[in-house]
Amino acid sequence: MITVLIPTALRSFTERQGAVQLEAGTVGQAVAALAENYPDLKQHLYDDQGQLRSFVNLFVGGRNVKTLEGLATPLAEGETLTLVPAIAGGRDA
Amino acid sequence: MSRIAESLIPEARLTDLNREEMSRYSRHLLLPEVGLEGQKRLKASRVLIVGTGGLGAPLALYLAAAGVGVIGLADFDTVEVSNLQRQIIHSQRDVDRPKVASAQDRLKSLNPQLKVVTYNLRLTSDNALSILKEYDVVADGTDNFPTRYLLNDACVFLGRPLVYGSIYQFEGQASVFQAGRGPCYRCLFPTPPSPGLSPSCGEAGVMGVLPGIIGCIQAAETIKLILGGAETLAGRLLLFDAWLMKFTELSIERDPACPVCGEQPTITELIDYEHFCGLNREETGPPVESLTALELKARLDRGDQLQIIDIREPHERAVFKFPGGRAMPFGQIIRRKEEFDPSVDAVFICKVGQRSLFAIRSLREAGYQGRLFNLKDGLNSWARDVDPSLPQY
Ligand SMILES: [Zn+2]
Repeated sequence: MITVLIPTALRSFTERQGAVQLEAGTVGQAVAALAENYPDLKQHLYDDQGQLRSFVNLFVGGRNVKTLEGLATPLAEGETLTLVPAIAGGRDA
Repeated sequence: MSRIAESLIPEARLTDLNREEMSRYSRHLLLPEVGLEGQKRLKASRVLIVGTGGLGAPLALYLAAAGVGVIGLADFDTVEVSNLQRQIIHSQRDVDRPKVASAQDRLKSLNPQLKVVTYNLRLTSDNALSILKEYDVVADGTDNFPTRYLLNDACVFLGRPLVYGSIYQFEGQASVFQAGRGPCYRCLFPTPPSPGLSPSCGEAGVMGVLPGIIGCIQAAETIKLILGGAETLAGRLLLFDAWLMKFTELSIERDPACPVCGEQPTITELIDYEHFCGLNREETGPPVESLTALELKARLDRGDQLQIIDIREPHERAVFKFPGGRAMPFGQIIRRKEEFDPSVDAVFICKVGQRSLFAIRSLREAGYQGRLFNLKDGLNSWARDVDPSLPQY
């Protein structure tokens, strides 16, 4: 099992869960499993072409997976994947 | 690459402190890391704070108290009652005043030696460079993506460090984007969320003390950039969760493919950021049929059969319930789409009519065949035009 930390901004799509545990051997598998488990979250993670959206960054062990092996970055048992979205808050619009 | 930055303020600009300044800043002079020289650097420094809201308030107050020489304040907004829950630079008596005027008064009463320059305007691609170039460092206290990308790009072009802060509900982010010492904002987030996809902040709420904490972190980083010799957040992204009271530090790197600060930049001048962020576009998605509050009222009065889907969160419905509305939070629409009856017109309602628009588009993409209407401008318009007894929260 690995743990995915869900930022507040995306928690309305994960039944308010801040941490989700799932089985995955790579970052790509983890994100796919997350989208599978939470269909409302899927469109926030992937664009129409099935590419991962660029306003969500993925971090493993304090490092951006872009600087590791991207979606192929392996996840060891018990590891944590942190989702970091672009946020902009405050104004009542 | 060393994280220890040199001071942004060249020796040549330093001037002596007078007796009064010696007394006022004695607690800085007692710190070896600041001392007389550091205080002179603060006195010679010029900081632009963009946004005089939740983040800008503590930033401006602490920088004014610390003895920064010139503070520029850029904001086009006026003070509203709902700002006072967190924007502690403004007071009850300032409601309806321009934020920069209110903030200037407060800062000048805190520190009469401070010079404040106000820009009661929206930063744009036309005015940003000429304003930013007058300052040594820029602090980002904005609440929207177009201004954030504008600031990032302008700071890269001018070689100015950008002290970044951002908040959402209980979570904050802070960093320092400084050329040569780490990435820029675009390295991290090459493109913004499209308006429909971005977690909507206007509808989201924020814990009042959160921008206080993030703004204070930004103030500390700004002061450290001026002093030099400190380890800043350049190359690091600090995440803060006020609910869990937890800080997380992530390592962030410059992206050689970054369109502004990369090896072969494709963006070499300021662009149209409203367009870039998908705002003010005629079409940001397939068209959606809408009903105004008055049209919905007329259909209800006529006794039309409608499925009224209230997609607000439970705590919002607790403020007031929409009569006859069926509760189904935004984040559950796709999973629960079988619960809708495609033979009956459905009207989606939320607070301002944004989430509902996105819910309708999502449902269509998921293959739903029934007719879907958006309540235009949301329940705020219902409270305004149909039932003024309801609160506009
Ligand atoms: Zn960059």
